[in-house]
Amino acid sequence: MADDAYKPRASHDPVAEARYERRAFVVMMALFLVAPMVVYPVFVMKALCFALFACAFNLLIGFGGLLSFGHAMFLGAAGYVSAHAAKEWGLPPEIAILAGTAASTVLGVLTGLLAIRRQGIYFAMITLALAQLVFFLAVQAPFTHGEDGIQAVPRGKALGLFDLSSPYVMYYFVLATFTAGFLLIYRIIHSPFGQVLKAIRENEPRAISLGYRTERYKLAAFVLSAGLAGLAGATKAIVFQLASLTDVHWSMSGEVVLMTLVGGLGTIFGPVVGAFAIITMENYLAELGSWFTITQGAIFVVCVLAFRRGIMGELEAWLRRRRIG
Amino acid sequence: MKFRRKLLSAAAILAIAGAAHAQISGNVVKIGVLNDQSGTYADLAGPGSTLAAKMAIEDSKAILKGLKVEVVSADHQNKPDVGSAIARKWYDSEGVDVIVDVPTSSVALAVNQITKEKGKAFLVSGAATSDLTGKACSPNTIHWTYDTWELANGTGSAIVKTGGKTWFFLTADYAFGHALERDTAAVVVKNGGKVVGSVRHPFPTADFSSFLLQAQASKAQIIGLANAGADTTNAIKQAAEFGIVKAGQNLAGMLVFLTDVHALGLNTAQGLIFTTSWYWDMNDASRAWAKRFAAANGGKYPTMVQAGVYSSVIHYLKAVKAINSDDGTKVIAEMKKLPTDDPLFGKGTVRADGRKLHPAYLVEVKKPSESKGPYDYYKIRATIPADQAFRPMADGGCPLVK
Repeated sequence: MADDAYKPRASHDPVAEARYERRAFVVMMALFLVAPMVVYPVFVMKALCFALFACAFNLLIGFGGLLSFGHAMFLGAAGYVSAHAAKEWGLPPEIAILAGTAASTVLGVLTGLLAIRRQGIYFAMITLALAQLVFFLAVQAPFTHGEDGIQAVPRGKALGLFDLSSPYVMYYFVLATFTAGFLLIYRIIHSPFGQVLKAIRENEPRAISLGYRTERYKLAAFVLSAGLAGLAGATKAIVFQLASLTDVHWSMSGEVVLMTLVGGLGTIFGPVVGAFAIITMENYLAELGSWFTITQGAIFVVCVLAFRRGIMGELEAWLRRRRIG
Repeated sequence: MKFRRKLLSAAAILAIAGAAHAQISGNVVKIGVLNDQSGTYADLAGPGSTLAAKMAIEDSKAILKGLKVEVVSADHQNKPDVGSAIARKWYDSEGVDVIVDVPTSSVALAVNQITKEKGKAFLVSGAATSDLTGKACSPNTIHWTYDTWELANGTGSAIVKTGGKTWFFLTADYAFGHALERDTAAVVVKNGGKVVGSVRHPFPTADFSSFLLQAQASKAQIIGLANAGADTTNAIKQAAEFGIVKAGQNLAGMLVFLTDVHALGLNTAQGLIFTTSWYWDMNDASRAWAKRFAAANGGKYPTMVQAGVYSSVIHYLKAVKAINSDDGTKVIAEMKKLPTDDPLFGKGTVRADGRKLHPAYLVEVKKPSESKGPYDYYKIRATIPADQAFRPMADGGCPLVK
């Protein structure tokens, strides 16, 4: 019962399912395209970065069944590398972001090789321990500037053409990055590789008996997830022009779990909705002062009690019921 | 014709009236109090700082003469990205003219950068890093209340002068702790003291027993705590359990606030020595203000951070009124020109690199038997005059004054 949440929603009708996903994607993109006219762009950029982060996390837990409790290390490490690359080496933003992504991918390979040997709580503990190691490195390493972080990172010009100091140009740059990451995840999930991952999540011994070398699939999923989380962190560093300890702290690893759970574990759009819900709370409840944490806690309790499959999980289940009924 | 002339003169009057106010954006001066309202620093800054800003506006009524001033506040949750998003939103779309307080160095440095970019004003009271008037100094920022150099230097020099010759450091093992230890040790040696040893503890640490035993064994007169926040309070608590202060060694804290002492209790904190920029029980004006503050703040007395918010807002409004503009760069320039004068910090000045100058005080926490009332916690052991309390401008490396 406990891992009910991991269970797939058996797709009764692949055609209807694909149609729903296409429509939802169009609606989502339409919303994002007009969003900066209505909402403050920096806020949406932040939410987009976290949405990509949550999607990357969801790729691992929702489709690979591996609960990582150390994803902050990828977000934060990539942020530091891209901030350092943009500020100290003077690289253009897109190269800085790629450098950050590459760094977190390498980190993903190193930590993944160790972590995927275990499952469940042990996997979570190993990832947490490794993430703490990265946190201590970030505290100590001279190039991260300890608790001051890397500040005043230049945004520069993307591809030498688009001046990112304008909030709108920056916004569409972030949106393009997010869309690329999101579509990549979508493609991975629907590829044969994604099918094997789901099979491993459902029943690993059976997947092994079918001849799959499951540890390789799990490692690949882990590295992909790490790289995409890094892409989110690197972009975030350019948006906010800073990289700080907040992003490597363990509470960030917790926050992404929260986002994914609230949005809907194992759904494609859930993490996006969850990230927007949590970031909206963080920003708009900031004015509530000390009531902020209490409100956030209460909302989380309501989510867990009232809709366990998360916002999108419940919505999709309802749509499916309607279709069948 | 007559009508047209009337219309013209009406338009002219409107234009003049408009011009008189044209310099104040939106006809209102908007002050944003950005700090931690729910976490570690909520007590030493938090809602109390918002209250202090409101009191400053109330007390400036006489000079404002009808100019509207508003206060907004928000919780940056000690996260630089949350803080910088709020600062950008405030400046871009909510007409905030000045941001005040901002504890947590990483957040303050981020807001410092954004304020410079947008040409607004930033009055730091809560943050400690002396980089704000050093490498990261800006024509749009004034660092008001205290900084790391002041605390390290004040504590180091004043203690040696009052007899604490031998030191042992308990240092948080990261850049901030190393810098505190280095700065303090340099001052101790310069004043004729001696550093007999030091030990580095991980950041953060819950169990200080092995480090405290080393400090005890060193027989140093003073144990310097080159750390901050929960590390400092944990070390103080455990030192009390080991009876270190009762046995004759004294603890010297670097970043200690009135609220920390209140939370520790006098029994635990007694004998602790540190530097502060302000204490409520110094003169009649500060006492009267503190009583008024406490009455509106659920009985909690003001910290130096909150007093600094009050003092900085008073001076800011004076400068706004003097040049009749709320343009950030101009107001900050005017604030540096005008001498400061308020009931809490008395007379002072703002230096070209953005450093506000005032005396610092070396204080010792009272024994429970010496305390006569609520928040009667400190004995003032020495006063460090304003011209010696802060880092000399030439040493900071601020690009503005080169």
